[in-house]
Amino acid sequence: MKRLDLPGLILLLALGALPLVVPPGFWMTSALLVLLFALLGQSWNILGGYGGQYSFGHALFFGTGAFTTAVLQVRQGVNAWLAGGTAVLLGAAAGAAVGWLVFRYRLRGSYFALVTLAFAELARILVSSFGYTGGGFGMLVPLKAGAWNFQFTDARIPYWIVWALVVLGTLLAMWLERSRFGARLMAVRENEQAAQALGIHLVRVKTASLALSAALAAAAGAFYLQVFLFVDSGLGFGYGMSVQALLAPIIGGLGTPFGPLYGAVVLRLVGEGAKRIAGNAPGLDLALYGMLLIAMLRFLPAGLAGLRRRSAPRRRDA
Amino acid sequence: MLEIAHLTKRFGGLLAVNDASLTMKAGSIVALIGPNGAGKTTLFATACGFHKPDAGTVRLLGQPITGLAPDRICARGMVRTFQIVQPFGRLSVADNIAVGAHLHIAGRAAALAAARNVAAQVGLSRQLDQPAHTLTVAGRKRLELARALATQPKLLLLDEVMAGLNPAEIAEIVPVIRGIRDGGVSVLMIEHVMQAVVSLCEHAFVMANGTMIAAGTPAEIAADPRVIEAYLGHGAAARLRGGHAA
Repeated sequence: MKRLDLPGLILLLALGALPLVVPPGFWMTSALLVLLFALLGQSWNILGGYGGQYSFGHALFFGTGAFTTAVLQVRQGVNAWLAGGTAVLLGAAAGAAVGWLVFRYRLRGSYFALVTLAFAELARILVSSFGYTGGGFGMLVPLKAGAWNFQFTDARIPYWIVWALVVLGTLLAMWLERSRFGARLMAVRENEQAAQALGIHLVRVKTASLALSAALAAAAGAFYLQVFLFVDSGLGFGYGMSVQALLAPIIGGLGTPFGPLYGAVVLRLVGEGAKRIAGNAPGLDLALYGMLLIAMLRFLPAGLAGLRRRSAPRRRDA
Repeated sequence: MLEIAHLTKRFGGLLAVNDASLTMKAGSIVALIGPNGAGKTTLFATACGFHKPDAGTVRLLGQPITGLAPDRICARGMVRTFQIVQPFGRLSVADNIAVGAHLHIAGRAAALAAARNVAAQVGLSRQLDQPAHTLTVAGRKRLELARALATQPKLLLLDEVMAGLNPAEIAEIVPVIRGIRDGGVSVLMIEHVMQAVVSLCEHAFVMANGTMIAAGTPAEIAADPRVIEAYLGHGAAARLRGGHAA
């Protein structure tokens, strides 16, 4: 379980080296999207893969990141970096608040999933109701080149910053596999009652993991905004984003450090493939994602990362 | 060490534990026996904070712990095992035990080292890297014991760790439990295997229908007519005596 995933590491390094060989344009933007969704997927993986709490509303935190940055930058004239940092902190706070509310009342399993979905929808509707947050039109960040505004003339720089965040997320997942906090989180995933009997404070561990997860999702949201300079309520807080967040780690391999990255690459390839074949038929990529998910759950429930474990020599059970 | 006084736990109309009291001294191994459904496991669960008692108090080392959450009670030195084993299935045996060790040990390496020691103590050394769900029944019982022991408790509550074991496995685990006591951990055990109770315990409590009906040495209890009736039915003690007289 804790053997280093060499193919995953090579994939991560290759994505880091990509801008050195590929000119800015379609492929680099595609790779950047892969990285952003890998980051969002890693966020979901920390809570769902390691903690066993399946959120259906991770868009709440992604949207919090994107909209906090947009509102601070556009309406308040706050510097882009400071706005992004605030967005991550606010994302973590939102995660802690939701966790404290939900876990205290022992909601788990499908109840947890439904409540997170409800929170995300609530945020989407609220944000779309006020002109201050862009209403139905969304928010545009005005073009103003300069490192101070996180608008670089060299497209490789934001790419590498997001890549560094993905590396950070991967390291965070690896830390979970080698730390007391991670051991407790996985114990809670496996059996709450036994975990509690061994002295683990369930609400504290689950809330902390949700806050950590939400901070990463908010970072993905903040950088998404900085790169594409636009967000609206349906994009930031919509269920599509929540589904993207959970698809990548489930397809790639739940509770593995590189699973979300594998998943994000596959989803991107499938999505682009669908566009090539069928043009821009709306929703086709989502339909394909759904079929992919069903196939994965049937034939490879441990995800792509599970392939590695499967091929590893089996230990004899005594 | 442990004082349970007048503990009562109701589930709706069912009186699972009724005014039950139990005390034990530090450094002892005490048994809690009784027929199925007597309320033994509910007494454990209530004492450890998994259920809120309807009445009564629990004191550990002289401190009241009634109604505290299970994790707080564990941190104060009383830990239970589960009759129906609850392994962290997909984690390795070493990782399972390390979860317990992490209660007092922050570092990962130190917790894993402590887990290895505990595993050796209960005879799980060869299975350390195996996922817990691949263990045999006997292995899982040992794992329950090992995880609880790794929290460095002062008092260990064992809920039928010998149920489902064969005689050879029971013979192996009896000295393990004695070793735990000799290491300074008091043990309160729910057990049906009388051979083990007799060889391990100086004192035993008997529950039936939610109430504590007898207490004493294993020999005293075995001769107590109330205990015989609880197991064999009303009038059984008198009939048995009659049989002897005839």
